[in-house]
Amino acid sequence: MIEIKVLGPGCPKCKTTYSNVLEALKQSNIEANVVKVEDIEEMMKYNVLTTPVLMIDEQIKIKGRVAQVSEIVELLKK
Amino acid sequence: MFDWTQQLADWFTYNLLGLVKGNHFADALNFFVFDTIKIFILLFFMSILMGIVNSYFPIEKVRYALQKRKWYGLDYFFASFFGTVTPFCSCSSVPLFIGFVQGGIPLGVTLTFLISSPLVDAVTVTLFLGLFGMKATLIYVISGIIISMVAGFILSKMKLEKLLTPWVQQLIENKAKANDEFKEEKTPLIKRLPFIFSEAMSIVKGVSIYIIIGVAIGGLMHGFIPINFFEEYISKDNPLAVPIAVLLGVPMYTNTAGILPIMEVLVQKGVPLGTTIAFSMAVVALSFPEAMLLKKVMTGKMLAIFFAVVTLCIIISGYIFNLIL
Repeated sequence: MIEIKVLGPGCPKCKTTYSNVLEALKQSNIEANVVKVEDIEEMMKYNVLTTPVLMIDEQIKIKGRVAQVSEIVELLKK
Repeated sequence: MFDWTQQLADWFTYNLLGLVKGNHFADALNFFVFDTIKIFILLFFMSILMGIVNSYFPIEKVRYALQKRKWYGLDYFFASFFGTVTPFCSCSSVPLFIGFVQGGIPLGVTLTFLISSPLVDAVTVTLFLGLFGMKATLIYVISGIIISMVAGFILSKMKLEKLLTPWVQQLIENKAKANDEFKEEKTPLIKRLPFIFSEAMSIVKGVSIYIIIGVAIGGLMHGFIPINFFEEYISKDNPLAVPIAVLLGVPMYTNTAGILPIMEVLVQKGVPLGTTIAFSMAVVALSFPEAMLLKKVMTGKMLAIFFAVVTLCIIISGYIFNLIL
């Protein structure tokens, strides 16, 4: 199963990203394990500078901004 | 440049709606239409401009440049300058802080970036340009850069490394692993534009509601508060006005998009511009939620020193603004 991670300390942008991920999964009918990483020490293991970050299968796909639903759908198809 | 906007606003209120010029409500509406259109146009172009600069100098590149070269003190200026073009979300402050110090960038330089990034941001600068004109905007931007450099430099002299939280100190000790190379994207500008465009749109969309509410309140005040109403209370001669304004602004976590249109009207009614600039700086540079986030990397003592130094720098600049404006 695909593993999706949303990294962010819980600001509005991170929450939007998280709900966009859920929406994208619903639209594309894909099942995935979605994890929200809110702990900063955990987050720093991925060497990110700006949040929110969207990771698919341990790869950073989008960082520093809110990922749009359509973008996530595209990323999931690959 | 914005004559046509004024004409449009005049046409809308006095011709289309048939309101009488000089009527409080009509003038308020005219002001509202003019200001919102002007600000939205400016904001859109400024966001595109910042987006282009930012797409060529992403934060990773800035960090890499600061790590790799010897700067002989110029790194403060570099950090401050690129802080101004980097869009800032307060929730990024902690990862950014750690990413910088872990990469071996001096603490003072990191703090300079951390101050300048929210202080001189696209939305605030654009609103200043639209509401207070070029001169006030230049003063805001230049002094914002100077303040972040001076504050960062002072903080670096205080040797605060020991006041970081223990887990951050440990990260700095094992800093070697963060030295990964920065890989430059080789995308031509034309391919970046659609993305920059949609980012600019989302910035404008994100703050639009604050601007509309702010300008609407401003418009009402504009029509109903007599000119020079505030001069009695907040004048340049009152030595306490600047510190009080700044101290009020520090804990506030407000969108400048909503607060600046109101400030514009206050300035018209007699609040000194310098005091207004200082207040705005305090609002954007420091806030209570940001302090809560930074608590993760700084001990309470360091956080207090950080806030105190920045606040002091803003208060001093507030006095200077009032002297020169």
